[in-house]
Amino acid sequence: MLHILTLAFRRLLTTIPALVIILIALFLLLQLAPGDTVDALLAQIGGAESSVIDEMRHHYELDQSTSSRLINYLWRLVHLDLGQSAIYNKPVSHMILERLPATLLLMGCAMLLAFTFGTILGILSAQKVNRWPDTLISILGLIFYSTPSFWLALMGIVVFSIYLNWLPPSGFGSIGESLTGMAAIVDIAWYLILPTTTLALVYLAIYLRIMRASLLEVSTLDFVKTAKAKGLSRRKILVNHILRNAMLPMITLIGLQAGTMLGGSVVIETIFAIPGLGRLAYDSVVQRDLNTLLGVVFVSAILVIIINFIVDMLYAKLDPRITGH
Amino acid sequence: MAILKDYFRSPIARVGTILLLLIIFIALTADWFFPGNPLRLAGRPLQWPFVNPKFILGTDQAGRNIAAQLFHGAKVSLIIGLVSTLIAIIIGVVIGAISGFYSGWIDDILMRLTEAFQILPNFLLLLVGVAVFGSTINIVIIAIGVVSWPPVARLTRAEFLSLRNREFVQAGKTIGMSSTRLMFKEILPNALPPVIMYASVILSTAILMESALAFLNLSDPNISSWGNLVGNGRLVLRQQWYVSAIPGIAILLTVLSASLVGQGINDALNPRLKKR
Repeated sequence: MLHILTLAFRRLLTTIPALVIILIALFLLLQLAPGDTVDALLAQIGGAESSVIDEMRHHYELDQSTSSRLINYLWRLVHLDLGQSAIYNKPVSHMILERLPATLLLMGCAMLLAFTFGTILGILSAQKVNRWPDTLISILGLIFYSTPSFWLALMGIVVFSIYLNWLPPSGFGSIGESLTGMAAIVDIAWYLILPTTTLALVYLAIYLRIMRASLLEVSTLDFVKTAKAKGLSRRKILVNHILRNAMLPMITLIGLQAGTMLGGSVVIETIFAIPGLGRLAYDSVVQRDLNTLLGVVFVSAILVIIINFIVDMLYAKLDPRITGH
Repeated sequence: MAILKDYFRSPIARVGTILLLLIIFIALTADWFFPGNPLRLAGRPLQWPFVNPKFILGTDQAGRNIAAQLFHGAKVSLIIGLVSTLIAIIIGVVIGAISGFYSGWIDDILMRLTEAFQILPNFLLLLVGVAVFGSTINIVIIAIGVVSWPPVARLTRAEFLSLRNREFVQAGKTIGMSSTRLMFKEILPNALPPVIMYASVILSTAILMESALAFLNLSDPNISSWGNLVGNGRLVLRQQWYVSAIPGIAILLTVLSASLVGQGINDALNPRLKKR
């Protein structure tokens, strides 16, 4: 276990240069944006005298040179200080912490759904390779992969909320009812069904395709022949020998998709009015609150790094060859 | 020729090719069937499809012809998909080629850069690009290309690493070829097939990203994009759901055709599948 940890930490250390590049590049990029925090604020309050504007610029340290602000900015980040949001008039870090649980819940559920059903359908498909169940599942997978999630979400609302009236069209838990305990969990789960399914479907398609390919690949390896020669049943060979090896690419995929899923949640959270990170990113673009946008991007990058760290450890645990030496 | 024959043997490739040709046809004939600006007022708003023969697919809440927007949208989607895919491939191939050919510290720096891009969620990066540079169509195309190159760079680098010590490269070195000539004239043609296969994936995601951006009203509002139309239809979703439904199907079919063609090329070029 200690060995796996040190290995994963070494990988984590190599991501630090990448993180620093990201931060510097983003900071410089935002300098190119038309209008700064003070302009956004002025637009909100409807203008001010020029002496007041100068004072505000001084307050937000906007009158200093770019390089000194960059150093200030990086130094503040080390203390996890993401600055102040001009529009919401709150520290960015507070807002992100408020919004993080909803996004994590949505992503976690979608990932679980995609992973589970992708695995099951992939196994079914590989078992019946090139026969009609395989063809059907593959075609379904291709259609899922090609469906824009925002369109699927809207159609889901039309069918399940407007016509059948089964599921709520938007929101994150019933408002006005102070539910506690189990009732609150069921309530939120109710609201999460549509967003989770629409977010997960694309990833389900990818998992399904990779699982099928991976199973077919592993099935041709020598140890499977040995297992067959030993007289093990098909079921035992699949569960004990093939699956564990076929899972490895699936685990890698979780890490690779963490980022795209965060991006996808921008659209889904906006449609379903879920108070998450993605919705915050969208709002901050619309309202030109660049400080908040930068904070969301930074936290997303950290999140992706953390997920990949966990994936690395899982991978090492599943594949003893990695820690063998 | 043998590859073409292999390609058209699979039903997947045949369906994909027919679909793609149909969409290209729609894009090319948009100006002929529906001349003029598709975003102009055409008739009474919110007419259902198949009711008025003048507006076969109905009109949206601003009284714009949905069929016209659909035809012109095909042009927009294909151009956005193709150009941003081209941008992604050029950036990715150049970075991957340099990285794989030289290795050492150049490789280290370029790979850190690639990792940096991969850590950031693409769509969020796209939002930053649009927030900073505005959302005219050119900016959107460039931004989609710029966020999509890292997998291409990784693919190209891996190919270069395995090719750069082959005999034909050694031979080229011995007769004094320049590094650029070796990289782009000798190694690159051999490294390109997997990149070309991957292009259909980039094309699909590029079209999906643009439509999602347009759906959120963050893409160019002056252009008839399918995503825009789905987004506008959201306001009348309760009653006139067809406004959102129709362009969504168009996006689905376009992305599907690109995936099917990509899969077909992949199967035709993959020697291991032939044996089965």
